[in-house]
Amino acid sequence: MDLKNRVEQCLGPKNFVVAMTECQGDLSVEVPKRSVVDVMRLLRNTPDLGFNFLSDLLGVDNLDLNKPKKKPKKKTEEGEGAETEEEPKDKGPSPPRYEVVYLLLCLERNERLQVKVRVEENDMEVDTLTPVWKAADWPEREVFDMFGIRFKGHPNLKRLLMWDDFPAHPLRKDYPLEGQGEERHLIYDD
Amino acid sequence: MDDWLIAIIKVVCIWVWVLLIAVVMTWVERRGAALIQDRPGPNRAGPWGLFQPLADGIKLFTKEEIIPTKAQKLLYIMGPLLFSVPAFSAYAVVPFGDKIILGGKEIILQVSDVNIGFLFILAIGSMAVYGVILGGWGSNNKYSILGGLRSTAQMVSYEVPLGLALLAIVFVYGTFSLRDISLAQQGTFLGFLPNWGIFKQPLGFILFIVAAYAEANRVPFDLPEAESEIVSGYHTEYGSMRLGLYLFGEYVNLVTISGVIVALYFGSWHMPYIDLGAYLGPISWGIVSFCIFFLKVSFFLWMFVWVRWTLPRFRYDQVMGLGWRGLIPLGLFNIFITALFIQLTV
Amino acid sequence: MNQNPTSQTSYEPGNYVTINIGPSHPSMHGTLRIAAVTDGETIVKADPEIGYLHRGVEKLGENLTYHQFIPITDRLNYCSAIPNNVSYEMAVEKLMGIEVPEKAQLIRVIMMELARIADHQVCIGILGVDLGAFTPFFYLIIQREEIYEIFEWFNGARLTNTFGRIGGVDADLPDDFEQRWEELKPGVRKANDETEKLLTHNRIWMDRTIGISAFSAEDALNWGFTGPCLRACGVKRDLRIDEPCCMYDKFKFEVPVGKNGDVFDRYIVRMIEMEESLKIIDQAYKLYKEMPPDAPLMARVPKVIKPPAGEVYSALESPNGELGFFVKSDGSANPYRIRIRPPCYMMFQALPELAEGEMVADLIACISSLNIIAGELDR
Repeated sequence: MDLKNRVEQCLGPKNFVVAMTECQGDLSVEVPKRSVVDVMRLLRNTPDLGFNFLSDLLGVDNLDLNKPKKKPKKKTEEGEGAETEEEPKDKGPSPPRYEVVYLLLCLERNERLQVKVRVEENDMEVDTLTPVWKAADWPEREVFDMFGIRFKGHPNLKRLLMWDDFPAHPLRKDYPLEGQGEERHLIYDD
Repeated sequence: MDDWLIAIIKVVCIWVWVLLIAVVMTWVERRGAALIQDRPGPNRAGPWGLFQPLADGIKLFTKEEIIPTKAQKLLYIMGPLLFSVPAFSAYAVVPFGDKIILGGKEIILQVSDVNIGFLFILAIGSMAVYGVILGGWGSNNKYSILGGLRSTAQMVSYEVPLGLALLAIVFVYGTFSLRDISLAQQGTFLGFLPNWGIFKQPLGFILFIVAAYAEANRVPFDLPEAESEIVSGYHTEYGSMRLGLYLFGEYVNLVTISGVIVALYFGSWHMPYIDLGAYLGPISWGIVSFCIFFLKVSFFLWMFVWVRWTLPRFRYDQVMGLGWRGLIPLGLFNIFITALFIQLTV
Repeated sequence: MNQNPTSQTSYEPGNYVTINIGPSHPSMHGTLRIAAVTDGETIVKADPEIGYLHRGVEKLGENLTYHQFIPITDRLNYCSAIPNNVSYEMAVEKLMGIEVPEKAQLIRVIMMELARIADHQVCIGILGVDLGAFTPFFYLIIQREEIYEIFEWFNGARLTNTFGRIGGVDADLPDDFEQRWEELKPGVRKANDETEKLLTHNRIWMDRTIGISAFSAEDALNWGFTGPCLRACGVKRDLRIDEPCCMYDKFKFEVPVGKNGDVFDRYIVRMIEMEESLKIIDQAYKLYKEMPPDAPLMARVPKVIKPPAGEVYSALESPNGELGFFVKSDGSANPYRIRIRPPCYMMFQALPELAEGEMVADLIACISSLNIIAGELDR
């Protein structure tokens, strides 16, 4: 049985599968945010899946993907500040802005699986994975550092790469590439 | 010639000589390292880079002297002095040749033949600890203090096996005077061996040389200045000539230690099997004996370099373990055996 | 080894000393910082701090085209840039579904294994330096120079190779590669041999490395260890065999496995891997010679690379472990998101557990045996 069916069989009955996509042989499964730790435990402990190795954990900002397609922007003094104010062509609710991707690996069968969690902009908190895999420690800190997604229950949720009182989250798509944008435009309060 | 004039000349000569060896040692150390490590080494200043120590000296002398703001100034300044002055004075009782007869006056090639000989060296050597610990403390740096503490513990610990090894030598020769011990090493031992200390005290020699390496803070016992762990240890905060004094003091220590090893265990100025003194005139024998002694010292100096670029470094607790659990019991055993032999044979 | 000193004796909290090791310290590779709380020389708590070499590589990647990002990957693990380049190229190729010609794959294997040898040489040399043995470092670094000569002559660069292109490699191996390789091989073997003679059975070296920062296989997997450090713990996992790319399945080589996961095992595993890499290059070059001289080096790749929207993760066995690239594309000419999974990032986060209860000197040995490269740690 191929991996997709096995994952479906394992997670399906509990309604953990929101969506499943495949890209060039990489299977990725989207699961609800609140049950991510349960999903991971399930994936880890189910004998015919056995994803016992957390390869990596990363965040993605889908701001530009969700935005309607437009002409390539020209650089202005205001940078991105002006860009976000363009008229939103709303067709239905836009998908949540952030996602957290877990890259799992099964050492016995050398199978890889991407588990995805969508994170809304107004509820930026995901349960931590550190009780399941200690390897999630720094990657979670880095996602917090770079995107501002908080991990509930993380033992030491501090910035990892940037210094502690850095005011912004640089891997967000609205973080300007040049200049000291973080000081002029973006002061997040979290 | 007056005795005091001779004494002053000897002091000045030997001081300059020891300094010169120490200077050349810095060059030997680098070229030796390069030789062992398959690279050219310093070769820009002068032929074969021989003026490199001079360039270093000029650099150290002309550098700005910086005293860290929060350092304890008095201790900080005293540290290098307390380290280097004992180092320079320890050589006073080590011979550097037999004797020379000038104008009918017999001059022994030794600054002073005191009858407490190497007790003086031990005492003066212990003084160096003050320089290290005060420098480490006065610098107000955690690495320095760690280095100072390591050095103190190490030097104090290793003085015990050093003393035990020397005690066995006293049993054998019945004197503390390095000159008397040297004179006693002429001839052969058991008919076929040179009558050298190493053949009478093989275990004692091993103990002595290990403890001496530890006393001199050389690899594998260079923990006080382990550059990969505690940056530079006790002299992290030092610069200019103060640093120079520390580094220089170490090389002078090496010369002294090598001199003591040669005088105690390697037959001082005697050639094995041949008594050159019987064939040569008094002046030429004086010069030849000096040369023989110096050659032997050079070998041990080279050995310091050789070992340094061959072995890794111990860890702090392993050094302490080796000292207290390994060398001291062995030293006591050595004394016991020696005493037994003497009791049975004499 | 990992005993907590506090559990045996109770100390007054004020008696601990916090030593700030790094960011500028002779043995912090690159710029790391460890705030170590020590009790005398014993480490009670080691708190690693990273980010001193953070250059925003991932953010840069989002604003460059796919090809422009290749030189940036050189600056990750700067001791062995070629596996970084290849790993990134493979990720983009996977995203676009490009099949790389066999000849290009063989050239990649040859260059990657050379880089692996160079990386291991640096790692072992530095481990020696950190433990006070200076001489093996020079024996190894002289041979690494020879490898860098080959890189320079092939790529035009020594350190930052920018090797290969998306879809293959840009240039064939020059004609006298065989001669150079035959000259290099005995030198590498001799340097390894001399290093082994100086270190492996040296009593001081054994005292300093055996049992130091030992890690169980279970812990290592939990912390996300990969590469030589995981193999030292006794887990036989090598992406070259488990998820073969670049024709690695065609070569015969051993994967050395340790037992205790201590510094000594990591050292031995690396020593053996160098020998195995030499064998792989021999086999790869043999296969390469069987290829027709006009075999293609590049797959058919459009001038402007615009992969279809999607996201892939692709990893290969870099000298340090699993080096993965997660590339997400939105269909435009710039990657939408690039995430690098550096191997030593996962290992360095376990430092508090590895170093607790050890001495300051062991902490240094532990860091160098993990082969922490600040470039890929901080990105």
